[in-house]
Amino acid sequence: MNEPSLSSPPPLGTGGKLLRFALIGAILLFTVLAFGYVGGWLAPQRLTAQRLVNQLQTNAGVFPGYRRNHAKGVCVMGYFESNGQLQPYSSAQVFAPGRTPVVGRFAVPGGNPYAPDSSVPIRSMALRFNQANGQQWRTGMNSMPVFPVATPQAFFEQLQAQQPDPATGKPNPKNIAAFFAAHPEAAAFLAWVKTAKPSSSYATETYWSLNAFVLVDAQGEKHPVRWRMVSENGDATPGGANPDYLDADLAQRLTQGPQRWHLLFTLANPGDPTNDATKIWPSDRRDVDAGTLVLTATEPQQSGPCRDINYDPLILPNGIEASDDPLLPARSAAYATSYLRRTSEEARLPGTAHTQQEARQ
Amino acid sequence: MTRSPTQFVLAARVLHWLMAAMIVAMLFIGVGMVASVSERHEWLLRIHKPLGMAILLLAVVRLAVRLRHAPPPLPDDLPAIQKLAALASHWLLYALMLIIPLVGWAMLSAGGYPVMLSESLRLPPIFPTNAIAFAMLRHAHAWLAILLLLTFLAHLGAALYHGLIRRDGVLSSMLWSWRK
Repeated sequence: MNEPSLSSPPPLGTGGKLLRFALIGAILLFTVLAFGYVGGWLAPQRLTAQRLVNQLQTNAGVFPGYRRNHAKGVCVMGYFESNGQLQPYSSAQVFAPGRTPVVGRFAVPGGNPYAPDSSVPIRSMALRFNQANGQQWRTGMNSMPVFPVATPQAFFEQLQAQQPDPATGKPNPKNIAAFFAAHPEAAAFLAWVKTAKPSSSYATETYWSLNAFVLVDAQGEKHPVRWRMVSENGDATPGGANPDYLDADLAQRLTQGPQRWHLLFTLANPGDPTNDATKIWPSDRRDVDAGTLVLTATEPQQSGPCRDINYDPLILPNGIEASDDPLLPARSAAYATSYLRRTSEEARLPGTAHTQQEARQ
Repeated sequence: MTRSPTQFVLAARVLHWLMAAMIVAMLFIGVGMVASVSERHEWLLRIHKPLGMAILLLAVVRLAVRLRHAPPPLPDDLPAIQKLAALASHWLLYALMLIIPLVGWAMLSAGGYPVMLSESLRLPPIFPTNAIAFAMLRHAHAWLAILLLLTFLAHLGAALYHGLIRRDGVLSSMLWSWRK
């Protein structure tokens, strides 16, 4: 019995040999090209997480070690006291009656950590809930009920429109007007922003999940929701001219006692859009008060426990799932890119902004 | 007689082709999910972690099979440098199959992430939370994956060279022989 491999094959001619070498080369080349295409290097038109973050850096500059967006902020610590009322809708441990420790961060949108607090009328609250079972819930919320755009591509185009003009150092108002003219879905956001004022305190704001999520109950039933953190102390006042009043205000309020928010979940009716963060759901939707967020302490972000946390909104415990909102995976991917860049700068790895700036000095 | 001297044992061949598919898929999943901002980012990430752990477990089994059953010898007339390259690249492949998943696991641990293999299955951290270690491990994970891709390409090229040009039985030692 002759193994086919053991019988000596007839010798190949030079032409046949070359043809076979070419075939091998073509297979290897195809593999490399496919890899380059999937990785985005050979698809320069495709929006990638890296290109999104590059645009954030182009608009705001690079501040080594800082987040690429919501760069200016402060750490907060406390706990979430669940009242158990959300348990029929979600099996997540955080919603069982009792306390879950929280490390959070308040911030101001934008990539410049030295921007004045009054530069934008929006504040953000990011939270990480550490469940006793080791699972985590991370969320990043903004003090506005809707987002200006519905898709990652539109967000990227908005950033491009807001890119500072090299001549003036400021965004060109014409580009911004043209962007919003081409994006009528921003109407609800634009209506909100007209009346919004930069508040003098993080503590008086309400923070919205922006994106829809899906709660999963113990029976596996799914319940599309949005949530918001509603301050118990809602008497917001506009901030003053001082560029850095928010951190001092928060520290001062915390010396007088913990600051509290109610976590309200809005249950969607069938047909409410879960894939469009530009649309407000009708106001008659049912709210469930899941419990109270109690913040007891604050620390600067340079040294506080929030510094090294990536508030990726897709780090979810069993019982909460992502919706079909296309912004969610883009947020997750872009946050991961920002986190890798700033931790690489912290580690002073070669090629990062830290070492490049040092080399120039 | 359960084993032909010109072929890898059946367990080695099954593991080889199963893991070949898993590892090549994994290289593309990894590079795709990191770049993607679409819904692919999320579902690729959901596959990436359990698939990585499956590769780690199978690599341990495979190493045991490899240590128990010596592979068929390379042809006598193969130049020594090629024999050395074959030996070195095989051990490099084994090492990478074991190290890359461990680095990924350590990287998520250092980043403070819960290492979730499914909605509810969580692995314990294997590294203390440390942002600087995260950055180093995250870069190591990517560079080792590029090294694995290059080693795979060399392996694929060499296998095709043996199968199409030398036709010396090396490629068929990892295949099934249909004629008995």
